[in-house]
Amino acid sequence: MKFLKQMISVALPKGRLGESVYKLFAEIGYDCPEILENSRKLIFENKENCVRYFWAKPSDVAIYVERGAADIGVAGLDILLEQEPDVFELLDLGLGKCRMAVAGKKGALSSTGKTLRVATKFPNIARNYYSEQSREIEIIKLNGSIELAPIVRLSEVIVDIVETGKTLKENDLEVLEEICDVSARLIANKASFRFKTRQIEDICDKMRHYVSANVKG
Amino acid sequence: MNIINSELRREERAIFVLRELYEQYGYKKYKMSKFEEYDLYLENKSFLPSQQVITFTDLNGKLMALKPDVTLSIAKNVPSSPKEPEKLYYNENVYRTPHGSNECREIMQVGLECLGDVDLYSQCEVIMLACKSLQKLSDDSLMVVSHMGFVSGLLESCCLPRALEEKILKCIGHKNSHEIVRLCGLAGVSSGMREALVALTTLYGTFEETLDKAEKLIKNEKMQNSLMQLRELSNVLSAEECSCMRLDFSVINDLTYYNGLIFQGFIDGVPTAILSGGRYDNLMEKLGKETQAIGFAVYIDQLEHCDVEDECFDTDVLLLYEPNADIAKLTAAVKMLTANGQRVRVQKTRSEKLRYKQLLKLGDGGLEILETND
Repeated sequence: MKFLKQMISVALPKGRLGESVYKLFAEIGYDCPEILENSRKLIFENKENCVRYFWAKPSDVAIYVERGAADIGVAGLDILLEQEPDVFELLDLGLGKCRMAVAGKKGALSSTGKTLRVATKFPNIARNYYSEQSREIEIIKLNGSIELAPIVRLSEVIVDIVETGKTLKENDLEVLEEICDVSARLIANKASFRFKTRQIEDICDKMRHYVSANVKG
Repeated sequence: MNIINSELRREERAIFVLRELYEQYGYKKYKMSKFEEYDLYLENKSFLPSQQVITFTDLNGKLMALKPDVTLSIAKNVPSSPKEPEKLYYNENVYRTPHGSNECREIMQVGLECLGDVDLYSQCEVIMLACKSLQKLSDDSLMVVSHMGFVSGLLESCCLPRALEEKILKCIGHKNSHEIVRLCGLAGVSSGMREALVALTTLYGTFEETLDKAEKLIKNEKMQNSLMQLRELSNVLSAEECSCMRLDFSVINDLTYYNGLIFQGFIDGVPTAILSGGRYDNLMEKLGKETQAIGFAVYIDQLEHCDVEDECFDTDVLLLYEPNADIAKLTAAVKMLTANGQRVRVQKTRSEKLRYKQLLKLGDGGLEILETND
């Protein structure tokens, strides 16, 4: 058994979500001022708090955590549903809220007589959703600008994240079906959770309190 | 056995050490063929950790598979009602597709199975051997123990539809209590049951800390019996053995095969479970055997990447010689160096790739030291 406090490494998703996630960590006592400085460094450490942060591409966070390069991390439910990583999902942070939805032109789902072409960045989620409905579909994997697909008739519908629905509306598209609500989750490596239980539970408990206090307030 | 500590790599050493351990407790080595008829895996697909199996047609036209798992083959081959227990261990390669990968890999496994009348002693022996295996592999190890009967008992008392039960079981495996709350809300599960499910999911700690908390969750006889088995286990095992064990119901496995204790082992520096096992009476029943069984496997290949820095040298001495050198002298020099217990590599030219402690050259006046890297 180790009684010394061990370093916890945290994978944060690059971008706006990651910045608010870092603020949350700082708020509960795991700050690391270095991270706010604009530098080319990749890893930021605060030895006093025993915490180490690094930025990762949002869709890679779960990989870093699953393989133990990071002990904990924050990833959107969209990524977790798509990749199904073997990690603990400890907390819903309630940040970065949006919806996973099927969108397309009005009435795009009504012609049920032919194969439905679905363009998406999330082939797994789309496949699972439609296999529950036993509908014959063809998945077209795209890497960005998904909304374009139904407009140029690459596909009938798209499966994508919808935040405000503004982009859809401007392009004459609409949400046809909702798949699930999405938000950021605190995830932990299964081995790290066992060896660094006290610290990870401490972070998790403090975050839970902070998040629930802020939702009520 | 002094070779164990010298030139062997960590994974090679582990195989020897574990073998010694299992033989000490009277387990017999079981050597098996690489192939198995594909039908066995088709019928027991969900027993396998990954669904993909490499298949081929043998010379008689039968569909065969490269073994993705050893336990099924052992279980299949025991007599349907054995008169005495089978205590076996194996060291085999299996072929699996790791999670999140598209390629099949050869995975080295050492494992142990106890088939027959699995009473309290046998059960404790297997758990104790699993604990000891971990300790042999690392100074810092942990074993997490769960009981499928306890988990399935609670799920049964919730009376949920099958599909939802599977979803909740998955959430328990991910310690995902927020999703359990959401699912229970949708299905109209009572708040008492919901809280019990959340408590089960988040429970984690030593037996001492957690058994009394688990007691409060008991809803039926099945859970009562399961907890009794966990208590018996913690009473029989020594304090030292218990100190590296944790109760954690997030360790789950397929209910159709596993029914009792299940466990996973972790060592510091390896990001996934290196040991995994449990009680699989349900599998035996499915295979039509009137016997009980418990066992575990150690994933030796996981040790490969856990050394932070391997600073070893490929050889102690790299000995250079000229094309016209006296070969008899060279042979004598090599003999002398190896007799001193040094590893010697002899070649004409220097090497860019080899890591050596000393670079020697055989000149006219005998051996000269050109370089030392110690």
